[in-house]
Amino acid sequence: MKSMLIILFSAMLTNNFVLSKFMGICPFLGVSKKLDSAAGMGAAVTFVMVCATLCTYPVYTFLLAPFGLEYLKTVAFILIIALFVQLIEMILKKKIPSLYSSLGVYLPLITTNCAVLGVTILNIDNGYTFGESIVDALGAGLGFTLALLIFSGVRSRVERADIPETFKGVPATLIAASIVSVSFMSFSGMVEGIFG
Amino acid sequence: MFEAYILPVLIFAVMGILAGVLLTAASKIFEVKSDLRTDEVNEALPQVNCGACGYSGCSDYAKAIVEKGEKTNLCKPGGAASAEKISSIMGVSADEAEKAIAVVRCSADCTSKQKSFEFEGERTCVNAKRFYGGMWGCKYGCFGQGDCARVCPSDAIVVKDGLARVDKSKCIGCGMCEKVCPNDIIEIRKAVPTADVLCRSKDMGKAVKAVCSKGCIGCKICEKQCEFDAIHVTDNLASVDHEKCTACGKCAAKCPVKVITISKV
Repeated sequence: MKSMLIILFSAMLTNNFVLSKFMGICPFLGVSKKLDSAAGMGAAVTFVMVCATLCTYPVYTFLLAPFGLEYLKTVAFILIIALFVQLIEMILKKKIPSLYSSLGVYLPLITTNCAVLGVTILNIDNGYTFGESIVDALGAGLGFTLALLIFSGVRSRVERADIPETFKGVPATLIAASIVSVSFMSFSGMVEGIFG
Repeated sequence: MFEAYILPVLIFAVMGILAGVLLTAASKIFEVKSDLRTDEVNEALPQVNCGACGYSGCSDYAKAIVEKGEKTNLCKPGGAASAEKISSIMGVSADEAEKAIAVVRCSADCTSKQKSFEFEGERTCVNAKRFYGGMWGCKYGCFGQGDCARVCPSDAIVVKDGLARVDKSKCIGCGMCEKVCPNDIIEIRKAVPTADVLCRSKDMGKAVKAVCSKGCIGCKICEKQCEFDAIHVTDNLASVDHEKCTACGKCAAKCPVKVITISKV
C-alpha cells in the first residue's frame, strides 16, 4: 500500500510528466488557455493513460515478451493508444459536444502525445507490476491535469499583465511555464519523506 | 522463422482487426447525426477561409447558417452567386449580397515620395513601420513592402514601384489586406461608382508638399466643386461619402495634386 502511494504521488508531483519530464508540452501550452477546457483535456488524458496501460501491460507481458518481440512495443502501444483516443473522441462528440469543440485539434493529438506513450513505456522499463502500472498511469494523468489547471490560472494572469510587447504571447507563456516547473522541483524528496 | 517473422505479423493483424471492429461498433453506438445541409452549404462557399463573414472559416460560417440561421449573404468572396446557392439550399430568400472592394488609399510611387533613409531590414511593411515609422518622408503612406500582396488569397494586389496596386477585377473584397496593413491605408468599401481620395496624410499642405508630390494638401477645391455635398476636408484631408457620391468626376478634374480617382464600377 505504502509503495502504491509513493508511486501515485511521485508520478503526480515529483516526476510530473509535463513539468519535470517535459512530455506533452504541446497540449500543455495549447489547451491551458481556459480553465474548463484544461480540466476536460486533463480528464481525457488521464482516461487514455489508464485505459492504455490497462491494455498495454497485458499485451506486453503476455503477447510480446514471451516471443521476444519487445522491440515492437512502441508500435503496439501506439496502436492501442490510438484506439482509445478514437473512442474518447466519439464519446465526447456525442455526450459533451461543447468540450469536444473547445479541445479541437488537441484531442486527436493525444494519439501522438508523448506523455501517454511515455507512461506506458516507462511502466515497462521500471519493471512495475500490473497494479503499480495502473497507479502510476493514474498518478501521471492526475499530475498532467494538475499542471494544466495550475497553469491555466497562471496564464490568465499573464495574459492580462502589462508585459513588454516583445514578450507578449508565447514567450511570456514559456517563461511562466518554466517558473511553474521550477516550483514543482520543490516537491522532490517530499513524497519519500512523507510515505517512506 | 515462424516466431521471428510470421508471429509478429499475426499478432499485429489480430490486434488491428480487433481495434477496427471495436471502433466500428463504437461509431455506430456513438453516432452523431449532423445536418446534411451543413456540408452542402460548405460546398457552396468558396473555401478561401478569409474570415470576412466574421467566422473563423468557411465551415464555421456554414455551421452558423444551418444551426443559428445566420444571414446567407455575408460571404464577400463568394458574392451574390454563393449567397443565392446557400439561400436555395436553406429555402430562404436571398438578401442582396454586397460586393466589396479594396482601395489603397495612397497614390505615391517611388518617384513622387521622398525617402528619409535607406531601409535595410527584412522587407515587410510591419518591420518598416517599426523603424522610425518607415523609410519614407510621409508617415501615412504605403511602405511598398507587400504585406498585403502576400496575404491576398486571389493575387489581386501587386506592389509596383513602391506602391501597392489592387486589380479590381481580381479583388474579392475579403479584407485580409486591410487587416495586415500596418498603416491602415487599405480601405474595404462597397463596390459602387464613387470617387476615392488616394491619400491618408493629415499633415498640413506645406508639410505634405515637402515629402510627396501626390498627397492631399487639404485645399478644399474638391469640396467647392462637389454638387452633392459628398466630399469634405477634415484635418487637412479630403474624404468621400460613398453614399452621396455619384462619380461625376468634377472633383477629380480640379484636384491640383491629382489624388482623387473615379471608379465607375
